[in-house]
Amino acid sequence: MTGVESKTFVEARTLGKQVSTREGVLTLLDDINFSIAAGTSVAILGASGSGKTTLLGLLAGLDMPSSGDVMIDGRRLNDFDEDGRAQLRAELIGFVFQNFQLLFGMTALENVMLPLELAQAPHPRKTAAEILERVGLGERLGHYPNQLSGGEQQRCAIARAFATRPRCLFADEPTGNLDSETGKHIIDLLFELNSEQGTTLVMATHDAQLSRLCERRLRLDAGRLVTPEEIPADG
Amino acid sequence: MADRAQHRNLAFLWFTSWRMLWRDWRGGELGILAIGLVIAVTSITAVGFFTDRIERGLQLQSAELIGADLVITSSRPDVFDHIKDARAQAFSVAITQQFRSVVLGNDRPQLVEVKAVTTDYPLRGVLRVSDTPFGADEATTAIPARGDIWVEARMLQLLDLVVGDKVSLGAADFTIRKVLRYEPDRAGDMFSVAPRVLMNRADVDATDLIGTGALVNYRVLIAGAPGRIGFYRDDLAFSLRQGEQILTVEEGRPELNTALEKARQFLGLAALISVLLAGVAVATVAWRYTNRHLDTSAMLRCLGAAQRTIIQLFVLELLWLALLASTVGCVLGLLTQFVISGLLDQLLLTQLPPPSFRALLLGYATGIVMLVGFALPPLLSLRQVPPLRVLRKDVPVASVSRWFVYVAVVLCMFVLLYWQIGDLKLVSIVLGGITVTLLVLAIAAFGLIVLLNRLRGRVGVAWRFGLANIARRPASSVIQVVAFGLGIMVMLLLSTVRTDLLDEWQHSLPAKAPNHFVINVQPDQVDGITDYFRARGVEGTRLYPMVRARLVEINGKRVRTGDYESERAKHMITREFNLSWAEQMQVDNTLEAGDWWGREDFGTPLLSLESKLAKTLGLKLDDVMSFDVNGTLIDFTLSNLRRVDWDNFNINFFTVVPPGVLEDKPASWVTSVYLDDQQRQQLGELVRSWPNVTLIDVDTIMKRVRGIMERVTLAVEFVFLFTILAGLAVLYAAIQANQDERRFENAVLRTLGAKKHTLMLGLLAEFTTLGALSGLLAGLAATGLAWTLAETVFRFDYRFDPTVALSGIVSGTLIVVIAGMLGTRSVMTHPPIQTLREGAS
Repeated sequence: MTGVESKTFVEARTLGKQVSTREGVLTLLDDINFSIAAGTSVAILGASGSGKTTLLGLLAGLDMPSSGDVMIDGRRLNDFDEDGRAQLRAELIGFVFQNFQLLFGMTALENVMLPLELAQAPHPRKTAAEILERVGLGERLGHYPNQLSGGEQQRCAIARAFATRPRCLFADEPTGNLDSETGKHIIDLLFELNSEQGTTLVMATHDAQLSRLCERRLRLDAGRLVTPEEIPADG
Repeated sequence: MADRAQHRNLAFLWFTSWRMLWRDWRGGELGILAIGLVIAVTSITAVGFFTDRIERGLQLQSAELIGADLVITSSRPDVFDHIKDARAQAFSVAITQQFRSVVLGNDRPQLVEVKAVTTDYPLRGVLRVSDTPFGADEATTAIPARGDIWVEARMLQLLDLVVGDKVSLGAADFTIRKVLRYEPDRAGDMFSVAPRVLMNRADVDATDLIGTGALVNYRVLIAGAPGRIGFYRDDLAFSLRQGEQILTVEEGRPELNTALEKARQFLGLAALISVLLAGVAVATVAWRYTNRHLDTSAMLRCLGAAQRTIIQLFVLELLWLALLASTVGCVLGLLTQFVISGLLDQLLLTQLPPPSFRALLLGYATGIVMLVGFALPPLLSLRQVPPLRVLRKDVPVASVSRWFVYVAVVLCMFVLLYWQIGDLKLVSIVLGGITVTLLVLAIAAFGLIVLLNRLRGRVGVAWRFGLANIARRPASSVIQVVAFGLGIMVMLLLSTVRTDLLDEWQHSLPAKAPNHFVINVQPDQVDGITDYFRARGVEGTRLYPMVRARLVEINGKRVRTGDYESERAKHMITREFNLSWAEQMQVDNTLEAGDWWGREDFGTPLLSLESKLAKTLGLKLDDVMSFDVNGTLIDFTLSNLRRVDWDNFNINFFTVVPPGVLEDKPASWVTSVYLDDQQRQQLGELVRSWPNVTLIDVDTIMKRVRGIMERVTLAVEFVFLFTILAGLAVLYAAIQANQDERRFENAVLRTLGAKKHTLMLGLLAEFTTLGALSGLLAGLAATGLAWTLAETVFRFDYRFDPTVALSGIVSGTLIVVIAGMLGTRSVMTHPPIQTLREGAS
């Protein structure tokens, strides 16, 4: 990855998340501290139930921490209400999900147009068509999600994520529902676009091989960052 | 700048919501909701258009009873001064002049009721004539030519004449050209009937009969658009001169008024049930729509949409839908009612007036209000979907308070119902009935589900599947039982109970209701007339005395039309009252306030007043009404109020006084009797024996009132038929509400090795149970509701019928099983692998 800026884009400060259950308080995340420089790629590694998805949700402002803070682009998420965080997401953040999360009533083109329309970007149709072309779905603009294969659905989801040129992309097990061959193509595409747009990438995965593609890796175990906090990308 | 951003935002909302509508539509999301709305609006507008047309048609037909929309009547010719003004306002105008005279034919005199008319008479309805007394009759828009008269068959019989014979009337001779078979306004003019002679008004002068002191009734007949006629009548009320009186359809005849009011109530009830059912269907599908959009909403939050934006988008999307669905519904409603009125034209009225646009307004308003009341409240929970749901499906969504939803639904229902019915009492009773029914159904359904869960271990695998389906979703099962129950209840109310209600209503006009009025009987003829009827097998004939009087003062204050708001009050105080006297109250009257007089009160000027009239005039017990009785002012103290059943055609009076007060005043006696065909043949004797007595054959009026009732019954049956469609929509919507869950469960079960046959049996068991339970409860509820309606609104004695509950169970089971199996067909045919794949994505 070239052109790494030293400026921190995402930062977790003593982040904690607890939920109340019938058996008592359950700690999902405990005392998480790290920072991610703008334009870098980071993998959050961990087994099922280690807290990856919870952490991703907190970092993206989809959920609120029980303790600690998340800073995005120097702004403290705790200072925003839900609508404020939504605005922040619209401006800065893109998502790619394990189960694609395409809206099944809309065509590929309409799915990609949606964030552009919400951000009131100019020429949403043109922009969406261009990026779909870029991910190889130029011929499938009018297809509905159930007419697309799993790989194509994820390409569409990636196109939707990059359509607004977000400063930061959160990906949650982006290849989790795909076969290894298709997964590889998807990951290539994800990193290509990431590189083209200079996006900060935060990816939750349990796939160690996939995590090696990222510049940095953070490992979670039972809700805590394991030491050493950081595993070298080539390690 | 801010303005520009705002405009841009607004444009974004409108365009995006419009696009969302099409996306959702293509995705099959809105189909059911739209169908629900379209059915609602279609049924409401069809009912609205149709009832509106029927009501106006009835109104027009009733207008036949006075031959016009409005009649100004007077005993003085200066009433014709109104003609110029009426013509200036572009109303149709005709004139009639009625007087009694004697016709000489075959050298025999015969008292006749002469009516001289101008071209265009009658303005409403048509004359029917024939060439022989019993030959085929035909409608005509003509009037007798100069030198001709048209006479009633009875006169030909009385004088042994045939068509073509000549008779003399006053100083002129006339040729009998036609037999007059039907005269629309004859019925509305009960107390002026002797054999009719219809002549051209241009011939009146030649008879030399007017101006010799003859009592003449002059009438100006006016017709025009209903609204303008209403204004004109209001204006007239101020310019009426002494002795002039306005006749209108609604106010002229209390018994007809009651019939129209009941017609409106029945039609209103039918419309109301359509509204309720459509509402239930829309509410049911709205919940499903909301549930299916939780993920969309979460995704939109995730992509950065504000809460407000999301709710605005969905509300606007539904608003678009409401507009489109209402348009479709209005068009379908209009077409539907055209088909219906085409089918029923011959049965109903010769010609229905064209549809008015009031129903269109009602259609759009209904579509929007229903969406706001029934669909919007559940939709509000979309606002609160946490964005985290995109990562974790198990994140709970705080749904809108159910109470809020219920209150919104009830409130909207009330608004819609009140708009449709306009009768607060009827709306309250039905809404109350429905609410209680819902509660009872819900509690009973819940109880049974708990019970069923205990039985599960003792039944076969298919029944276990079925019962488990019910028990596993207690809330949803309760909703289904309640929805099914409501639909079945309405259908029962329509099919079984409705027939009972209508039968009772028709029975309120007994088959042997009096069909003849005998009036103008002089005091010394009372015994003779009574004996005459007794000798011919007509029992219990009672004659009533009647003294004409004019109301002058109330509590010492002169009565003026300007002091009253209501048209009816204005009308009642200007007309002449018929004061009667009686020792005992008539058996068909009911005392509502005060006491009936005893022997000690005879000779005291007390007054018994019909209670509705007392209410109209704002009178209470002990008020003093001063009447001008033949030149003498008598102060009567109001001593009691009576309820009078005007439907039965017995002689009844608004005002009755004790004996010993009016006996010295000029009185005539009246009675009403039922005569069969044979007894009617002998009426000539009565006329010959007492030439001054006038006999009115009210069979015609009776037939017309009964005809109106029959037509209304048909209309109500049709309208009810339409609500059954809405009922089926509810069943369909309720089944659809669980479709996704059901499909997924069945896919899992089939993956686990369950055979299609077993799953079918499971569904059968489930729907049989739901249907039977709904049917039983619906049967009981329908009976209860019908009883309430009969007792409190329509005032019939309702007889309980245990077969209603039984037919509830049978029909409930059948309908729910058939509709359920059809509705869940796709569950069985959908490939499980596809269902599972969709579920995963």
